[in-house]
Amino acid sequence: MRHLLSTQDLSVPRALRLLDVAEEMAAVGEREIKKLPALRGRTVVNLFFEDSTRTRISFEAAAKRLSADVINFSAKGSSVSKGESLKDTAQTLEAMSADAVVIRHPSSGAPARLAASGWIDAAVVNAGDGTHEHPTQALLDAFTLRRHRARLGGEPSTGSTLAGMRILIVGDVLHSRVARSNVWLLTTLGAEVLLAGPPTLLPVGVHSWPCTVYYDLDDALARRPDAVMMLRLQAERMHAAFFPSTREYARRWGFDDARLARLDTLGLKDTVIMPPGPMNRGLEISSSAADSSRSTVLAQVRNGVSVRMAALYLLLSGDQQDDDAEDDVPAPDPRTSTPRATDLSPEGRTRDQ
Amino acid sequence: MTVPASESGVTKRVVLAAADIDRALTRIAHEILEANKGSQDLVLLGIPRRGFPLAQRRAQKIAAVDPAVDPALVTGQLDVPLYRDDLRRNPTRSPLATQLPPSGIDDKVVVLVDDVLYSGRTIRAALDALADLGRPRSVRLAVLVDRGHRELPIRADHVGKNLPTSSRERVRVHLAEIDLIGGSAVNEVVIEDRT
Amino acid sequence: MTSDTPQYLIRGAALLGGPVRDLLIRSGSIAAVGDTAAAEASSSAVVVDATGLILLPGLVDLHTHLREPGREDAETVETGSRAAALGGFTAVHAMANSSPVADTAGVVEQVYRLGLAAGWVEVRPVGAVTVGLGGQRLAELGAMAESPARVRVFSDDGICVHDPVLMRRALEYVKAFDGVVAQHAQEPRLTEGAQMNEGEVSAVLGLTGWPAVAEESIIARDVLLAQHVGSRLHVCHVSTAGSVEIIRWAKARGIDVTAEVTPHHLLLTDELVRSYDPVYKVNPPLRTSDDVHALREALAEGTIDVVGTDHAPHPSEHKECEWAQAAMGMTGLETALSVVQHTMVETGLLDWEGFARVTSVTPARIGRLAHQGRPLAAGEPANLVLVDPAARWTVDPGTMATKGRNTPFRGLELPGSVRATFLGGHPTVLDGVLATPRRAPVSSPDREAGSWSI
Repeated sequence: MRHLLSTQDLSVPRALRLLDVAEEMAAVGEREIKKLPALRGRTVVNLFFEDSTRTRISFEAAAKRLSADVINFSAKGSSVSKGESLKDTAQTLEAMSADAVVIRHPSSGAPARLAASGWIDAAVVNAGDGTHEHPTQALLDAFTLRRHRARLGGEPSTGSTLAGMRILIVGDVLHSRVARSNVWLLTTLGAEVLLAGPPTLLPVGVHSWPCTVYYDLDDALARRPDAVMMLRLQAERMHAAFFPSTREYARRWGFDDARLARLDTLGLKDTVIMPPGPMNRGLEISSSAADSSRSTVLAQVRNGVSVRMAALYLLLSGDQQDDDAEDDVPAPDPRTSTPRATDLSPEGRTRDQ
Repeated sequence: MTVPASESGVTKRVVLAAADIDRALTRIAHEILEANKGSQDLVLLGIPRRGFPLAQRRAQKIAAVDPAVDPALVTGQLDVPLYRDDLRRNPTRSPLATQLPPSGIDDKVVVLVDDVLYSGRTIRAALDALADLGRPRSVRLAVLVDRGHRELPIRADHVGKNLPTSSRERVRVHLAEIDLIGGSAVNEVVIEDRT
Repeated sequence: MTSDTPQYLIRGAALLGGPVRDLLIRSGSIAAVGDTAAAEASSSAVVVDATGLILLPGLVDLHTHLREPGREDAETVETGSRAAALGGFTAVHAMANSSPVADTAGVVEQVYRLGLAAGWVEVRPVGAVTVGLGGQRLAELGAMAESPARVRVFSDDGICVHDPVLMRRALEYVKAFDGVVAQHAQEPRLTEGAQMNEGEVSAVLGLTGWPAVAEESIIARDVLLAQHVGSRLHVCHVSTAGSVEIIRWAKARGIDVTAEVTPHHLLLTDELVRSYDPVYKVNPPLRTSDDVHALREALAEGTIDVVGTDHAPHPSEHKECEWAQAAMGMTGLETALSVVQHTMVETGLLDWEGFARVTSVTPARIGRLAHQGRPLAAGEPANLVLVDPAARWTVDPGTMATKGRNTPFRGLELPGSVRATFLGGHPTVLDGVLATPRRAPVSSPDREAGSWSI
């Protein structure tokens, strides 16, 4: 694995490997001495173009537990906001011999750009880019769900997929990088994914996703999900005519006390609630739902460090001839290999007619 | 004895057969008990993957001598890739679970068990890993095969067989718990050589 | 004025890809075609061996960004017109979004003079429809039309004339001097912050979508406006299958609308955006393969009339950045011929005569350039291009004449190369490389005819 940019290109073996290694990292987290020498002498840069204390601290803890040196580069309010380009910043980090760059950026695709540009040799970890993806968040969600099920079944979670689980993701899918990363990862791991939200906040093109879409949250809850993941509603969406009012949104798509009670009515005693972080209490989720025993929020924070340790370990150990390097076959040139582009060659044309 | 090469250009030589391995384990079990003056505070930690079944077998041998010993309560697994100094030179290895016996390792006599002792780097990593897990009273090392070519000042306390090898050769240990060859479980130590 | 200029005897060219003939160029015109050409040639005539080559009327681009004045770091009239000559063009229309905007007679005349001085290609300024491209007040369209630049095409390209009243007035007003409004069809509210085609790919990439309806709704409105006021309308860079349907409907109703497609929209799809490489960021955005196929069919059947490059060079720092921060646009002058050959000729959708129609004859008619896009016959002006259709070349932006390195075809092998370009009888390109610029007849005070006329 060279970079971790999205969950869409994670194969089942790779996803499982990340989660299984995270299990071992979690075990280290339970020891008295929580530190491992694996990445001694390596440098991890947290390059944050957007404020996110939680994610940065989680990556920082992960890198430090692996004995890496950590440099925090908050690009907000630095020379970057004075017009220095991503390219210049990348080259600065390259000159500082960064081995891994953990990047959070408001523009979708910025990590992919950094990884493909040749500006930098370091491994790139996407810590959330625009409305594209947030792969380590999805990995920690999957990790949390896998452990939840393993505990219910009394079986070890290592090595197991999420086959048979049904996960409901609720809210602003359109602008959510967490939703995207989870849709790809959870379905790759065999779970069934349901989406529920207002039609204005579901992307055009969602019909091509491997999910079932509901406009009515209660209809979706009646499908008896094993987990309900609530997405955060960002303040700037509240005034852009995506829905009439926050009150109407909360009534239709908020996980309120009535819906919390409904889980009991439906007999869903093991269904967990995964609140967004940070959350707007009373909007996406009521306080009693967020604080109920069904909430996985604290486990998620703990598991976040473990999966990020796993990601950093797998990215920064090993030589270039990785044992799963066959997954790294470059994609064919889409300019000449778009699904129908072959019809365009003279021969293809004849076949077409 | 030399058997025909199964892959082109590789010859295989069986140096320990199943009975040889069993004899060696029995002898080492006795050596350990003798050195420790009994089974008091003994913990056997196998290094994955083949050190772990060897530790289990040795614990059985010890239990056969001293019925007070419960093999399951003295055996554990110690995984070391996260402590290796050559992480960047080799393909990435996923760490396996480290499992300590319920009694822990503090003030115990820990016997590290591995199949082949070669450069000594694995054992160096294992010693570092142990230090992060607790403080044993003493640490001993038991290996099935010592093939020489040490790169660190490390030596085994108990050796099944000393095997002078060339560094071109590969020593492979096959154990029934892990290895299936041609569909049947095999216990043997072979030396492979590229010719 | 040109009796002492060299003669050129082109031997054995396939005229419009058809009959193989000799052709003599003398005094800026085609002097003879066929067996008489060699006989009429003077002993000093330069012989151009055109065996295996196709002779076409020089390409005419209705849609070029030359960036001068204002963004000379991106392109100048000199560099852009060199690129045009190498691409087989004998005329280009320079879009108005320079700085200052080409919204007065002064600016269009400046661009026009720069083109004359460069001498590689006929540079025809496009005038802005509204002052400063602001969409508020009409620019002085008449003054630009009457200036030496003789502007006939007016466009706020890059920005849509979205106010329906203003668009109606512009369509009506340009009738006074046989002008045409070239509309950049993009409903602004539907495309706020838009980054790429809205569809399955944008959903995955998390980039703000640019719906096809934002283009189609403006085209639908504009063809109805053009019908109502009886004006002609040109639609720039049509990019969706739905736009094709609307234009087909409008033409069937007799509305005087012409439409343009870019080479990149004939080949590339939004799948390329998955790389997040801003070299694929363009306005209008790359669409789906269904759209690509609809555009090709439309160009073949005549629903879309012309190919326009929308050549849009940018300095590298405007592309070497995050997708959302990057500028929109692609270079196109030096790849247009090859891409159109690849997508239209080699697919059997157009023959070379059809190629000449969409790249030269019709664009010249829309731009009212009487001496461009003419038949290959004796007495016609010698604006010509010789093409080697069998050539194959790999696109390398580093070797291009344009300052822009932002070609989306980098590394792609394409067919067809320009062997020679004749501008008013003068070879601007010979043997596939730049020759010399045509000497501008600087002394000519002939403002009426325009100095490009022969």
